[in-house]
Amino acid sequence: MSVKDRDPLTGHQTTGHEWNGITELNTRVPRVVWFFILVTHLWALAVWVLLPAWPLVTTSTKGILGLDQREEVAKKVVAANSDRAVWGERIKSLSADEILGDPELFARISDTGPQLFGDNCAGCHGAQATGGPGFPNLIDGAWLWGGDTDTVMETLRVGINAPHPDTRWAQMPAFGRDGLLPRNDIRMVVDYVQSLSGVKSPADTIAAGAEIFATNCTSCHGNDGTGNPDAGAPDLSDGFWIYGGDDEAMFRTIWGGRQGWMPAWEDRLTETERKIITVYLQHVRQDTVK
Amino acid sequence: MMSNLTGAERTSAMLISGMGVVIGLTMAIVGRNDVMGAQGWIVLAFSAVVFFMVANALYHPEPTEDRTTSYYDDPTKVGIVLALVWAVVAMGIGVWVAAQLAWPGLRFDAAWSSFGRIRPVHTSGVIFGFGGNALIATSYHIMQRTSRARMPDQVTPWFVLLGFNLFCIIAASGYLMGVTQSKEYAEPEWYADIWLVVVWVAYFVLYIRTLARRNEPHIYVANWYYLAFILVVAVLHIVNNLAIPASLAGAKSYSAFSGVQDAMTQWWYGHNAVAFFLTSGFLGMLYYFLPKRADRPIYSYRLSILSFWGITFFYIWAGSHHLHYTALPHWVQTLGMTFSVMLLIPSWASAGNALMTLNGAWHKVRDDATLRFMMVAAVFYGLSTFEGSFMAIRPVNALSHYTDWTIGHVHAGAMGWVALITFGSIYALTPVLWHRERMYSAKAVEWHFWLALAGTVIYVFAMWNSGITQGLMWRTYTQSGTLRFSFTDTLIAMHPYYVARALGGLLFVTGACIGFWNVIMTIRHVSKQNRELDHPTSPKATEPVLPVAE
Ligand code: HEC
Ligand code: HEC
Ligand code: HEM
Ligand code: HEM
Repeated sequence: MSVKDRDPLTGHQTTGHEWNGITELNTRVPRVVWFFILVTHLWALAVWVLLPAWPLVTTSTKGILGLDQREEVAKKVVAANSDRAVWGERIKSLSADEILGDPELFARISDTGPQLFGDNCAGCHGAQATGGPGFPNLIDGAWLWGGDTDTVMETLRVGINAPHPDTRWAQMPAFGRDGLLPRNDIRMVVDYVQSLSGVKSPADTIAAGAEIFATNCTSCHGNDGTGNPDAGAPDLSDGFWIYGGDDEAMFRTIWGGRQGWMPAWEDRLTETERKIITVYLQHVRQDTVK
Repeated sequence: MMSNLTGAERTSAMLISGMGVVIGLTMAIVGRNDVMGAQGWIVLAFSAVVFFMVANALYHPEPTEDRTTSYYDDPTKVGIVLALVWAVVAMGIGVWVAAQLAWPGLRFDAAWSSFGRIRPVHTSGVIFGFGGNALIATSYHIMQRTSRARMPDQVTPWFVLLGFNLFCIIAASGYLMGVTQSKEYAEPEWYADIWLVVVWVAYFVLYIRTLARRNEPHIYVANWYYLAFILVVAVLHIVNNLAIPASLAGAKSYSAFSGVQDAMTQWWYGHNAVAFFLTSGFLGMLYYFLPKRADRPIYSYRLSILSFWGITFFYIWAGSHHLHYTALPHWVQTLGMTFSVMLLIPSWASAGNALMTLNGAWHKVRDDATLRFMMVAAVFYGLSTFEGSFMAIRPVNALSHYTDWTIGHVHAGAMGWVALITFGSIYALTPVLWHRERMYSAKAVEWHFWLALAGTVIYVFAMWNSGITQGLMWRTYTQSGTLRFSFTDTLIAMHPYYVARALGGLLFVTGACIGFWNVIMTIRHVSKQNRELDHPTSPKATEPVLPVAE
């Protein structure tokens, strides 16, 4: 079919070609299409004039608005930081109690603390800071290193067993795996440690366990097992457990050792941010104690 | 099917698959200390199956068919069935991926089933496995019909189709074993990439040779689109995958690009994969099956020209809209943004051309679910291109980027446009290919249509809601000038939408399963019919010289 037909429906001519039954009309391009082509092109032209757009050999056209995304961001960051610095500096320098007592600063803490904690800490310590197996509860009042503001700030700065040069070292030796204690001794010392928080066991195993404990464990956990904040060795008599207080979990702890890893935050969070989290945690702790 | 090959063709098919066996074995031996070895065994198994299938038919009698009076449809048939198999599998995995985002435990603690590994199986499976097979199969059909010429030989189309599927299998199995270049939509490693180049060049040559044999004075629009698809994908694939293998005995390679150049090359590729794989090729499909099914002339040839060149020209520039507010220099972002907006009009011109073609056939759209698939596809094409151009504007992108809004946009295009046009085309094509009176069940087509539409709408709405919620939560500040929500807060807010998305996907994949079943039943149970003239004749002839060969 090479004669141009007319489509009876639209009255438009075909192009005169046919492919396996398909034909095409030669309808002209609707005006509205040209119109919008014009609009989009004019818009593009305007944008090219206003913004950096076309490459030159070593640089690009700058646009008459003189905008550059990097400078824009840098400016905004500076502005936002100076806005926050007004109260940020005060949070940095005041004590936790002073901050919590000041309604204006307290508002900052409750505005900001939950998100900082949620984005940086909740993944390990849980959404409510109550911890989980392997990760300590931060609001139960039982501490490895101590719970006062300065100690917590220091823990956050340097981390625990972290790559930071000043990091805190917490090394619970692998008594079983390294052959320091036979299985049976470990079982007995488990019973002894459990007895410190009131779990009942036969008196003779506890006595034997106490002896093993005295020779192997007191250097870090203290004579009465109440722990040593300088070694990050937990209080074993308070009934709070990081890794679990049942036979199985505790056996694993003593057999294989534990070296919990807590990242150092010095390079990730500013001092103000660390302070906000610390004070926020203190506030949550007071809330839960109440 | 093998009996339609001549003796010489059978021999060359055996030679080629025999070479495949040797290559597979070489990979398996050389790469035995690496995952590449496992991939070698897959190549070997695949080639061996082809080899024995041909060998089995080696001494069958020569075909008697008159090649001058028939089209070569066997590879098209296989391609259609393969496309449907990939559809069911890859969309099924899509539902799994979606479910993992709602319930992360569904990973079941295995490495291969982790999100990062099955996600690319979904994306490559739907784009390349489902979309690619559908494109290859329909292109074989269309290039012959619109050129009124048979394909020049019978080995190349098989080589392209099977070679491409081998690529898809290597890719998908590799992801599960952890093989990836970490470039989205270009994850397969160097050996798979080289193989795809070989296959793709053969595809291009086949297409050109068929066009060169045409008995029509002009080349139909659909062919422009298919050719653009093949040619540009070749260029994109080669450039983006330039890399140096760390060792010839292992899967790992290092990209030739680094830093922001790497990012720009990747998204120049990524965006044009959208343009030339997910758009151009499927527009070719639309341009053939829609007017054919509606029995209406294309609304405007001039509009076709305008939109074809508009799309082809503008898309190439737009890739940088994937990298707004990144280390990419500002001027590149401005260019990407403006070209994306200028791209809108040619895109809408295509969608409009398709919809206007339906004037005079709207009653058919109402009654015929197959045509309705195509109509709705054109609407979603218009919708997703509008959305895309909008999202390409930097301040808008500041909200949408990294959020589920992008995922919603992707699936408005991928499900609403790509998958629907494909299903419509498959329903139009299946009876023609197998010379059947009709599809086995018109009701099942209707069901598929509504399931697919409902699935798409649920998916897209869920992701719009989720994406915009997420984007707004990310940028909400407290009075203290600090961020209001933690990341976990946004996850909790998104959870209901993720559940809805998984549900929408489930509807969609149910529809695909029904479609697969319907096609198989059509092939097996619907009575044969000699359809209207469907073989090459001179344009003047009105009567078939010979009855259609089977
Ligand atoms: C990668 C997981 C992880 C992240 C993230 C993390 N912590 Fe820890 N944190 C730990 C572990 C494990 C310990 C216990 C170390 C040990 O057992 O010796 C710990 C210990 C602590 C301690 C010491 C507790 C004590 O009893 O002295 C504090 C305080 C603390 N974390 C606060 C934080 C804060 C605040 C954040 C967020 C800025 C945070 N952690 C983020 C894993 C983490
Ligand atoms: C070198 C010092 C050191 C010695 C010796 C030591 N511990 Fe520990 N122990 C630690 C430290 C530090 C931790 C905290 C480890 C952590 O959380 O990363 C710990 C943790 C534990 C815990 C886990 C507490 C919990 O909350 O889950 C138990 C139980 C325990 N030790 C028992 C013992 C017993 C029993 C012995 C003797 C057999 C012993 N430790 C000897 C340093 C020591
Ligand atoms: C059954 C229907 C489908 C479901 C349930 C589904 C589900 C998903 C999911 C959950 C993701 C990951 C999103 C994320 O990472 O947040 C995804 C990504 C993707 N899917 Fe689908 N999908 C479906 C159909 C399709 C189809 C038919 C196509 C293409 C033809 C497609 C193409 C893609 C692409 C390209 C991506 C990557 C998007 C990006 O990275 O931005 N999907 N899909
Ligand atoms: C005019 C046409 C289009 C334009 C201008 C456009 C623009 C965009 C923009 C701006 C993004 C978001 C980039 C980001 O923020 O990361 C995007 C993502 C995407 N679009 Fe489009 N789009 C168009 C059409 C389509 C169509 C028709 C499809 C599918 C069939 C599609 C598939 C995708 C995919 C898969 C992505 C996600 C890429 C990724 O991040 O993995 N687009 N598009």
